[in-house]
Amino acid sequence: MTSSRATRAEVCAAAVADCFGGDGETLANPIGTIPMVGGRLARATTEPDLMMTDGEAALIADHEAFAWPDGPTVEAWNPYRRMFDVVWSGRRHVMMGATQVDRYGNQNIGALGPDPRRPQVALLGFRGAPGNTINDTTSYWVPNHSPKVFVAEVDLVCGIGYDRAAALGPVAARFHETRRVVSNLGVFDFETPDHHMRLRSVHPGVTVDEVVAVTGFELARPDEVPESRSPSEDELRLLREVIDPEGRREREVPDPG
Amino acid sequence: MADKAMGFDDVVGRLRSGMTIGIGGWGSRRKPMALVRAILRSDLDDLTVVSYGGPDVGMLCAAGKVRRLVFAFVSLDSIPLEPHFRNARESGSIECTELDEGMVLLGLQAAAWRVPFLPSRVGLGSDLFRVNPELRTVRSPYPSRDLEGVDGEELVAVPALALDAALCHLNRADARGNAQFLGPDPYFDDLMLEAADAGYVSCERIVDTSELAREGCVHTLRVNRLFVDGVVEAPNGAHPTSCDPDYGRDEAFQKDYAASGKNAEAWEGFRAEWLDLDEAAYQEQLARR
Repeated sequence: MTSSRATRAEVCAAAVADCFGGDGETLANPIGTIPMVGGRLARATTEPDLMMTDGEAALIADHEAFAWPDGPTVEAWNPYRRMFDVVWSGRRHVMMGATQVDRYGNQNIGALGPDPRRPQVALLGFRGAPGNTINDTTSYWVPNHSPKVFVAEVDLVCGIGYDRAAALGPVAARFHETRRVVSNLGVFDFETPDHHMRLRSVHPGVTVDEVVAVTGFELARPDEVPESRSPSEDELRLLREVIDPEGRREREVPDPG
Repeated sequence: MADKAMGFDDVVGRLRSGMTIGIGGWGSRRKPMALVRAILRSDLDDLTVVSYGGPDVGMLCAAGKVRRLVFAFVSLDSIPLEPHFRNARESGSIECTELDEGMVLLGLQAAAWRVPFLPSRVGLGSDLFRVNPELRTVRSPYPSRDLEGVDGEELVAVPALALDAALCHLNRADARGNAQFLGPDPYFDDLMLEAADAGYVSCERIVDTSELAREGCVHTLRVNRLFVDGVVEAPNGAHPTSCDPDYGRDEAFQKDYAASGKNAEAWEGFRAEWLDLDEAAYQEQLARR
């Protein structure tokens, strides 16, 4: 089983895991199914010191993503209020969703339409996005890449991107880092001179033209766009047998075949 | 010795239209829904509601009780977007003060400590300043520890969220107003009560003070009577939200509730069936469901 080709969801999970590379003893807070799977994969391989939540009020030491046959091993109490202590001290890397994300990494989860005080579509609200992005490293997960999500400018800036950080200046924005965006089609970063979003890699089976066609702004890109890496044999075994044996990842991003 | 035990109508009788009311719990978790239902039955309106919002916010909006909502999010957890909250925002029937969820904490803490604001980095650069033109920054009078030579760093002055009243639901309480959470998370209930001129707690069971320490360890005694003016015994009073470990969320009921956001007729049907009756009748009907 583990020798077979990696599915799209598994490539996404490996890309998510790579986002947490080098984070060390940080609270990795991946929100969503594949972010959770990818975060656990990072902890089970290259980043053993990451801390992760059970989605409620505890930090869990076990590597398994969703099932703890003998009950979870709790290593710390982390009620909602405690999360602000972690976030504001700069010890978290969150991977949030984004209803819209733009070319400088601004994120919107609050409202769609030109007037956010009378939204055409009301969403969740700002939630913790302003505090996350001004204090900590942030990445985003987009399971369904489309020009409605990847927009030139978001309708409402909840999580701040690099143009907003630059306008604040180096003092106010010194803890801001938007590291990566992982979608079902590719991996994106902001490692360009003006931090304009760059196509970092395309997932196996996806062409650059396909990504360009469903992105609502011009992406920076190298002359040769690399292919996203496939998980190793060992990572595939972890994903399939330990972290997500029920295959939840495949329901979030079905394999195109 | 003060006995603060009272009924739902006593609490409602102490509230006034136009008040700013904080509601405890978080999302669709341990919400003081029996007290919210009592407000829904009353003629109170024009309220400013501060909440880590769930169905409390949705029901109060749908019933036309809310003039202004102070929030960072409103969610039913297992149903990410609250339908009545969305309807209220999209129709423009409520005014909104939008905040980051950490700013809600700081605003309540500032009110509790009787200071006009608390400084924070949270909100800098975001559109919170676009939707809240009254939001201000403040310049630090001190040097920044991690930056040499930087004086006067600019921070957000998160305004105090002073409440006229707070409503919370806890697992246990005594009649004097000491209250206890037995689930894994206190949420922000103690802060809500401390930020309020008057605090009202409903609970699953009123017990003797001596019972509290037997129900859970000392850390669970998060709310004390200095901050509580009334205690209401309300078994299953957080329904349909969760009240761990006494009971979980009633997902089937919540689904029916969410469906009532479809149109005015669906809401009127839900309201007639579940909200136009007193708490005892509500619980009896629920038991037959």
